[in-house]
Amino acid sequence: MTAQEVVTVEQAPSSGGAVLLRATDVSKHYTLRPDGLARRRRILRAVDGVSLEVRTGETLGVVGESGCGKSTLGRCLVRLTELTGGRVEFDGKDITGLSSRRLRPLRPGMQLVFQDPQASLNPRRRAGDIVAEPLLVHRYGDAAAVRRRVAELFDVVGLSSAHRDRYPHEFSGGQRQRIGIARALATEPKLIVADEPVSALDVSIQAQVLNLFADLQERFGLTYVFIAHDLGVVRHVSDRIAVMYLGEIVELGGTEALFGAPAHPYTEALLSAVPDIDDGTGTAKASRRERVVLSGEVPNPVNKPTGCPFRTRCAHARDLCARERPSLTGTASGRLVACHYPLAG
Amino acid sequence: MLSFALKRFASALLVMFAISVLVFLIFFATPGVDPAARIAGRNADPATLAQVRHSFGLDRPMPVRYLLMMRHLLIDRDLESFVNRGSRVIPQILQATPVTLSLVVGAALIWMVAGVVMGTAAATLRGRAADPLIMLVGVVGVSLPAYWLGEVVNLVTQKQLHSSVFSWVPPPGYVGIGRDPGQWALHMLFPWLTLALLYAGIYARLLRGEVVTALNEDYVRTARAKGLSERRILLRHALRCSLIPIVSLFGLDFGALVGGAALLTEVVFGLPGIGKLTYDALQNLDLPVIMGTVLYAAFFVVLANALVDILYARLDPRARHA
Amino acid sequence: MPDQPLLDVRDLRVSFRTRQGTVTAVDGLSFSVAPGEILGVVGESGSGKSVSMLAVLRLLTNPNVTVSGEVLFRGRDLLTLPDREMRSVRGREIAMVFQDPMTALTPVYTVGWQIAEQIRAHEPVSRREAHARAVQLLSDVGIPDAASRVNAYPHEFSGGMRQRAVIAMALSCGPSLLIADEPTTALDVTVQAQILDLMRQLNEGGSAVVLITHDMGVISQIADRVLVMYGGRAAEEGPRRAVFHGPRHPYTWGLLDSVPRVDGPRLRRLPTIAGVPVTPGSLPEGCAFAPRCRLRHERCEERPPLSVGDGDAAHRDACWLPSGGRAALRLTTRTATGKDTDTEVAS
Repeated sequence: MTAQEVVTVEQAPSSGGAVLLRATDVSKHYTLRPDGLARRRRILRAVDGVSLEVRTGETLGVVGESGCGKSTLGRCLVRLTELTGGRVEFDGKDITGLSSRRLRPLRPGMQLVFQDPQASLNPRRRAGDIVAEPLLVHRYGDAAAVRRRVAELFDVVGLSSAHRDRYPHEFSGGQRQRIGIARALATEPKLIVADEPVSALDVSIQAQVLNLFADLQERFGLTYVFIAHDLGVVRHVSDRIAVMYLGEIVELGGTEALFGAPAHPYTEALLSAVPDIDDGTGTAKASRRERVVLSGEVPNPVNKPTGCPFRTRCAHARDLCARERPSLTGTASGRLVACHYPLAG
Repeated sequence: MLSFALKRFASALLVMFAISVLVFLIFFATPGVDPAARIAGRNADPATLAQVRHSFGLDRPMPVRYLLMMRHLLIDRDLESFVNRGSRVIPQILQATPVTLSLVVGAALIWMVAGVVMGTAAATLRGRAADPLIMLVGVVGVSLPAYWLGEVVNLVTQKQLHSSVFSWVPPPGYVGIGRDPGQWALHMLFPWLTLALLYAGIYARLLRGEVVTALNEDYVRTARAKGLSERRILLRHALRCSLIPIVSLFGLDFGALVGGAALLTEVVFGLPGIGKLTYDALQNLDLPVIMGTVLYAAFFVVLANALVDILYARLDPRARHA
Repeated sequence: MPDQPLLDVRDLRVSFRTRQGTVTAVDGLSFSVAPGEILGVVGESGSGKSVSMLAVLRLLTNPNVTVSGEVLFRGRDLLTLPDREMRSVRGREIAMVFQDPMTALTPVYTVGWQIAEQIRAHEPVSRREAHARAVQLLSDVGIPDAASRVNAYPHEFSGGMRQRAVIAMALSCGPSLLIADEPTTALDVTVQAQILDLMRQLNEGGSAVVLITHDMGVISQIADRVLVMYGGRAAEEGPRRAVFHGPRHPYTWGLLDSVPRVDGPRLRRLPTIAGVPVTPGSLPEGCAFAPRCRLRHERCEERPPLSVGDGDAAHRDACWLPSGGRAALRLTTRTATGKDTDTEVAS
């Protein structure tokens, strides 16, 4: 799997912009302490050879179950963690090996929004100071300019700037997430990596925050990498979606194509596992697709299966799947799928 | 489990070795100090100094000196106290050990039972008058230093009320358990209570916090939903999990006390234990004795640590693989 | 409901004494569960859905809680039952499964021990027999190699396995009612599908189920009847088909519309419910949903009763809007939400 393959088959019409972020064969392995009698070191392959690119102005959704490496990948993409292997280019610059000093001028351009606004906001600092912090770190201007910018950011994310002197616990969950978004927006980033930004919120609040993400993208031309486990949420926000399983991308394609006819058996199983709402409008998938219920659970990433990582739970697995790891290759419909026997074209 | 225990003991041995090297460096390799003069004590004559130099090999290389020290300590056991002419250090320590063990084991039993009962009672009576009352007793216990409380106890039992209520209290001192178990217990009773009062308060407070937290845990709610009795929920679920941190603290306290931290209690009650021995040696700058007691204390603290870890793994299945 | 209800909750009230005064978490809730049916209870945080079920089993141990009303289980009022009799209901007749399987089991005992403990609390069986039943139960809920996994500690199980073990424990005495509080929320979606299948199976075995969730999809897949809660009260209740195909309460509309779907058209902006869910401390006098409702009017100052609409007699809602033409009203609110600036009302 090389970057070239990704480039050649990339043709989704919605992603017409220049490549802002390119990951090539990115890996992140953790070495675990030797366990008891087994003397040899065990290696946890959290992210294992992931290649993708994100174009300016688009939203790439990354979806998968817990432990699939989607959060680790998010941290790799903005160099919040050192890579074990591979390369990340942001805005045309290779940032893989940059020292933290060299990385610093690039930091304002790429920001993170975290899942738990409760845990990612310092409880002893006022909301206004939290949002102002990145401005001070990156020397935005004098105190008055910073204050004006903070007021502006509060307005942008739909918070009353009268509340800048409140502490995080005085806000509701949705408002706290807005503070987190304002902080990420402070340095006028090009790229925002959002790691499960709405999964801690009630559905009615989740919808408000998702709309905010959409509005901000339109207003500032933001590029998102949106990491989530909720397929409905990912479908709603993403132009393209990468499906991860055991540290690898098993399928990557345009949202409509991927949800319409999944090519990888795991994508199919994931989609069919979502309990959809039958509201009588006749779109419920029961009519369209057989329900596929996966047996067993995700294998331990320390002992990944040989060949295809999904073969141990796959109904279509054959001999070849155990022998050879399928590479992420393009299909006729312009999708990328890592499967020897894909379901759809 | 067994391999875990073996590994833990192996690492304890390694720590002991490191400590012995450290002790050696402090006593024999502190720059600008003549170790011979230190060991020989104040106002030593040249002949003694020469003897010390020779027996500790002070003119020979460092590793040899270390080995000689260990040989004096462990194999020949002929380390001599020059301050107390002729008295050997190791037999002194061996003599003091049962005294300290008697004191600490007895006190530990009392404070563990009292601490667990008080802590659990306070936790279950939370919100009622008894809870703050029990905790007050705990605070009082913690706030009374052993040297003060011991003196007060002595004053009351030996002087003020000795002729009336406390006529049965023997004079301070130690009687071996092998010689007369009844007298042994009678002599130890007030030292036990004095030492235990301090720790019972700390343990009761700690356990109360743990039990209160545990009673709010999901698994206690599950236990209740199962239809178990409140008594069973408290004892088998909440208390069982709360004891884990208490046990590890207990091991550390126990090790430190056996290692000499019961010094104040021993001194006040005239018990010739390790603490008292160290105390006297420090007052006289009796270096060989200090050397011996430091290593002895280290041995008990390290041993207690290892035992705590193994016990912890026994109590908490989650710790077994860590 | 042809049969007499298994569980009949009447005018349940749960209030907490706090420093700011008394707050009401459940405010006059009435509902019933028929033998063998699955009742889905849906609502956001603070709707009182979990608290009301804990109150049913008298699991609210906080001394500052006051519970009133009637909880009739097979005709007996659980709220007035002596402790000893209540204990024999818990775990034997009514079992409960909680949200987080990671913390629901006592960490220091094996899974089998904990299942056997429940069996022995209610039935005079030997240790050996209880253990054998634990193995059977674990195998019934789909834990492979149950005979050896029965001796594993909770931390040696994955989240999905633990939830299976908790369910096995809940089923150990063959309860006629299982209350499951968000049993799949902490689990991955493929595991959730397995657990929901398990719930269906045990329902087919004859147990009634109360399933509490915030996920409309889960309710839609599994429930026979639906109870939508808001602000400690019932906003709407009825047969699943009626509630999902013809929802009547504006809050139910909002819940259904604000969920991004995995099928159907993709909207650029989602319809939202303005503002934040009410908290027990800020419950209004009238309709609890009125402050967030786009169709509120003067009448909403007054608390609406749960009443039958123009269709199914089992389908009731608590709203002052005219009972006819609700579907058309729903469409108007949906188009209105697109333009709304859905910032939260500052609290």
